[in-house]
Amino acid sequence: MFEIGLAHYLTVAAVLFTLGIFGIFLNRRNVIIILMAIELMLLAVNINLVAFSTHLQDLVGQVFAMFVLTVAAAEAAIGLAILVVYFRNRGSIAVEDINMMKG
Amino acid sequence: MISLDLTSALPEVFLACAAMVLLMLGVFRRAGSTRLVLVLTVVVLAVALLLIVFSPDDRALAFNGLFVTDNFTAYMKVLVLLGAALTIGMSLGYIEREQMDRFEFPVLMLFATLGMLAMVSANDLISLYLGLELQSLSLYVITAFRRDSVRSSEAGLKYFVLGALSSGMLLYGSSMVYGFAGSTNFEALAEVLAADLAFGRAPSLGLIVGLVFLLAGLAFKVSAVPFHMWTPDVYEGAPTPVTAFLASAPKVAAMALIVRVMVGPFGDLFEQWQQIVVVISIGSMVLGAFAAINQTNIKRLMAYSSIGHMGYVLVGLAAGTEAGVLGIVVYLAIYLIMNIGTFACILCMSQEGRMVERIEDLKGLGKSNPLMALALTILMFSMAGIPPLAGFFGKYFVFLAAIKAGLYALAVIGVLASVVGAFYYVRIVKLMYFEEPAEVLDRPIGAVLRLMITGTSLAMVLFLLVAGPVVGGAGAAAAALFAG
Repeated sequence: MFEIGLAHYLTVAAVLFTLGIFGIFLNRRNVIIILMAIELMLLAVNINLVAFSTHLQDLVGQVFAMFVLTVAAAEAAIGLAILVVYFRNRGSIAVEDINMMKG
Repeated sequence: MISLDLTSALPEVFLACAAMVLLMLGVFRRAGSTRLVLVLTVVVLAVALLLIVFSPDDRALAFNGLFVTDNFTAYMKVLVLLGAALTIGMSLGYIEREQMDRFEFPVLMLFATLGMLAMVSANDLISLYLGLELQSLSLYVITAFRRDSVRSSEAGLKYFVLGALSSGMLLYGSSMVYGFAGSTNFEALAEVLAADLAFGRAPSLGLIVGLVFLLAGLAFKVSAVPFHMWTPDVYEGAPTPVTAFLASAPKVAAMALIVRVMVGPFGDLFEQWQQIVVVISIGSMVLGAFAAINQTNIKRLMAYSSIGHMGYVLVGLAAGTEAGVLGIVVYLAIYLIMNIGTFACILCMSQEGRMVERIEDLKGLGKSNPLMALALTILMFSMAGIPPLAGFFGKYFVFLAAIKAGLYALAVIGVLASVVGAFYYVRIVKLMYFEEPAEVLDRPIGAVLRLMITGTSLAMVLFLLVAGPVVGGAGAAAAALFAG
């Protein structure tokens, strides 16, 4: 019988994490998508932590995952707040418009 | 039995409580409380500094081993608090002039400082992450603090996106380390790795991958090449006092964190991380030297300068010895003071009441304001590392450690990069003394800034007089790191 083990969870997490990174760099449309990509990366980390926690029979990983969730919520709030301020000044949140300074 | 021994974390507990009290004070007093809150913030930081100076030296753990204090953390925290207090102190004139005098500004800086202290004292991957995020989240907000400026909000947005990416990488690395070593505590990690080494087992691949991700996330925070892309834009766009803050205290805290993580838990993987550190160190030194040459904005120039300085600091880490860590600590102390002095000069750059930040605006300063020109000359020569100014000794200690550790190529590249780097520092001096101004800079300068410029440039000249305690303290700090 086919069984789902640690390796499968790690693979899913790695795929999600890679998708998150590509979402940040390849996306040319909208900053909101970047925020979602960041969220995806953090969730991939959480899958990793919880899978390891179960595998090691150790609670620390799940505690860590809780902290990551909390911080991710704060981070999303601050990201959206900065985005709103930026939109008021610039009138756009398209990624190619973020070019006042070179680099 | 769980005991919460908080005495060794007293400065942090005090700062956290004080920050919340100041927040309440600002909220309830409403208009006109900025000046009061800002002055009180500096006082609170000074009190925390005294608490650290007079706390016992020996190693102590708190919060069930999540939090550690020893000579190394004490020295680094003194630097962080000093940097934070000085930069907050010099921001008062600017925020009042530029209509951004809201009381949240000093309070956010205080929270960022608290995050930095937590980073310096972290003894577990969880407390490392929480300290780092407390610092980063506060810094994102103060970078975008000029709400009516496109450049400030764009800088905030860029800093946020790239900072969040780096936090993600750091976390992914932490999760891999946790999974393959079975613990997040630094001491437990060190034991696992030491056991691996003792039985002749190769460290698992997952652990190495985790270490690389962790190092990448941390390198982002000190803006080492190849993770430096955000630095010039953020430095240019952020309000000048925020740039001064970003370039001083957080750099010290993040570097202290890198040193602790690499030397402490991953000390037995030295061969693995040494190569990475050597590569990012060479990259930072070379980029910092060459990319700064054709900059026109002085804040952008300082961004490349700080990338270069972080490269020199990483030379000390690449050596991986106690002498290397001593070099790092001395370098960071000098870098902090030097940087604050330079930014105090940049904060004085205004023409008819509006801030200017082009390098060309410094033309003719030697005639219009000879004392400030002299101070800036001293600071620039010190940045370039010309003896007998302080900047030379920072470089001397890190390169000495690298040569002792046999890293001759790294030391030679470092010296060559600092020769190239000297070009753009000296160019500023040339502009001040040998070119005619288009428009002179305003005088007079505020008392706080004048005091800071005088103090820092005197410290650069008279470094030899205080070298004993600075280097001695750094030696004790380095020894504390290698004892445990």
